[in-house]
Amino acid sequence: MDLENQKRVKELSETHGAENVVVILGAAEGEASGIAAETVTAGDPTFAGPLTGVSLGLKVYHICEEEIKAEVDAGVYDEQVGMMEMVLNLDEIAAEMQSIRSQYTKF
Amino acid sequence: MNSVIKSVAYTLTHAPDLVIHAGTTQTTERIVNPESEYLVALPKALRKYEDAVNYPPNQTYIGGMTPADLEKISMPWYENGTKSDRFGKFGEITPQEELYLVMQICDCFDLVMLEASFAAGAAKQIESHPLFTDEIKARIKPGTEIAVIENEVKENGAEGLYHDNKLVGCVKKAHSIDENLSAHVILENLVSKSTSVISMMNLVKNSGINIASVDCVIDCSEEAVGDMNQRGGGNLAKASAEIVGFTGATGFDVRGFCAAPVHAIITAASLVKSGTYKNVIVTAGGSTAKLGMNGKDHVKKGLPVLEDVLGGFAVLISENDGINPEILSEYVGRHVVGSGSSPQAVITALVTNPLDAMGIKITDVDKFSPEMHNPDVTKPAGAGDVPESNYKMIGALAVKRGELDRTELPNFVTKHGMVGFAPTQGHIPSGIPYLGFGREDILEGKITRTMIVGKGSLFLGRMTNLFDGASFVVEKNSGTTDTGSISEEQVRSLIAESLRDFAKSLGGE
Repeated sequence: MDLENQKRVKELSETHGAENVVVILGAAEGEASGIAAETVTAGDPTFAGPLTGVSLGLKVYHICEEEIKAEVDAGVYDEQVGMMEMVLNLDEIAAEMQSIRSQYTKF
Repeated sequence: MNSVIKSVAYTLTHAPDLVIHAGTTQTTERIVNPESEYLVALPKALRKYEDAVNYPPNQTYIGGMTPADLEKISMPWYENGTKSDRFGKFGEITPQEELYLVMQICDCFDLVMLEASFAAGAAKQIESHPLFTDEIKARIKPGTEIAVIENEVKENGAEGLYHDNKLVGCVKKAHSIDENLSAHVILENLVSKSTSVISMMNLVKNSGINIASVDCVIDCSEEAVGDMNQRGGGNLAKASAEIVGFTGATGFDVRGFCAAPVHAIITAASLVKSGTYKNVIVTAGGSTAKLGMNGKDHVKKGLPVLEDVLGGFAVLISENDGINPEILSEYVGRHVVGSGSSPQAVITALVTNPLDAMGIKITDVDKFSPEMHNPDVTKPAGAGDVPESNYKMIGALAVKRGELDRTELPNFVTKHGMVGFAPTQGHIPSGIPYLGFGREDILEGKITRTMIVGKGSLFLGRMTNLFDGASFVVEKNSGTTDTGSISEEQVRSLIAESLRDFAKSLGGE
């Protein structure tokens, strides 16, 4: 995850409390989603950014997961995400996200 | 009349030592984690020049093979290279020694020093190079003693230039306190200038253009040239044009992150179509910062560092000759301020909006050229197959619009797309790499229409969260020329001539 984004996630967690923050990802692949999810839960696996060794344990979802889709107006979702739903490997992404959440999410 | 794509050149420059010393992944790692295993393992993971030349995606970029040829080679491509030539039909792959010499040639302020024997060796290498003119060679300066260079690096903040991990030269800082003229920035800018110059030298050969007839050069690379009073002051375009010898050309720079090349070509096409200029060159050199960008992932997975080349290109846009493919200036795709940043909104703005204006469907475009990143590089780094994702997105939009059956989506990717082959140099992959093949495919009648799509991530500059992008369509020439149509003045003169003839016939002469 981009070093600046790590910094922003860290600051937002400090300001609002980690239990009140949900990170929503839009990565195009399972692996990339997993790395970003790991960064905001267990800490930066690449040991490069501000979240190195910082386990925020945040709630983290991909925009294409059912839990998030259910929260969004169906018309807006179709307009903004419908096309990508056709393109992405949704099962692979959901599996990766669930795996990271079950291991590292604290809330 | 629409302007045409008259000629295209593509070049790569192998720069393994610059991966170590100038790539930001590596320079960041040296600050954040100086003892890292990655930095220790990196030198052994760098490829030799021959390997970079033989690498199939690199050969595709310079026109040594086509994207269709590349598709037939099984991945990973870095394991399946075959002996290839330095020169392809579009350009060449320059070795690092020659890059350093071209940097010295491009240096107008005595900032580049090369060790005497290294400089002599590099100068000998370019003696047999067909594109270095006597005027360009005359800019070569004598070498320097290594002790002087060592002192500049150690005591005066110069950036070392290394070859085979050995100090062979340096780039000095151009100001004592101005960060914008620091040795690091000057090095980046000189590399960009040099690789742009190499690309334009190849374009001159490919197009056969008389260098005096180039009216304007537009640089769309990634560097900001300037000083502390005007950080991005610019005109790398004119600086590069000077070295190639375009004495009749003016120039300016266009920036816009990775979308800059498409914005620049739209600008050039309009300048020619309006009659302001007859011949405009759009050029870009390479970016040292992006060397080894995904190096950590590559090294961790036991791959060679594949991002070891600087990309460059140059495109000649000229007035309509009735032959070369036309740029449809009236139907450009634009991601505007209000477009939105979801992938769907972006593809709608860039792809379907201009096609709707033209009254045609997505499937009427024979080939799309979006971001043409090489998947051999991006897949091991977890970024997937970028062009394939783009084709799937365009195809999915066609399905949503009822222009394509959902079952046809996989075929759409194969039929309207191609494999990626461009180095991950930001602005370089963004649509332009197919322009050379696209021009040829249209001229040979294989396709009639292609769309070039560039995208840019503006948030990186922290001035806006907006996304950006632009696109244009290139089509088979309609066959009429600027000189083929008849002006009002010509009509008057023709009428006058026939009236004179008529009068003469009445007079019995």
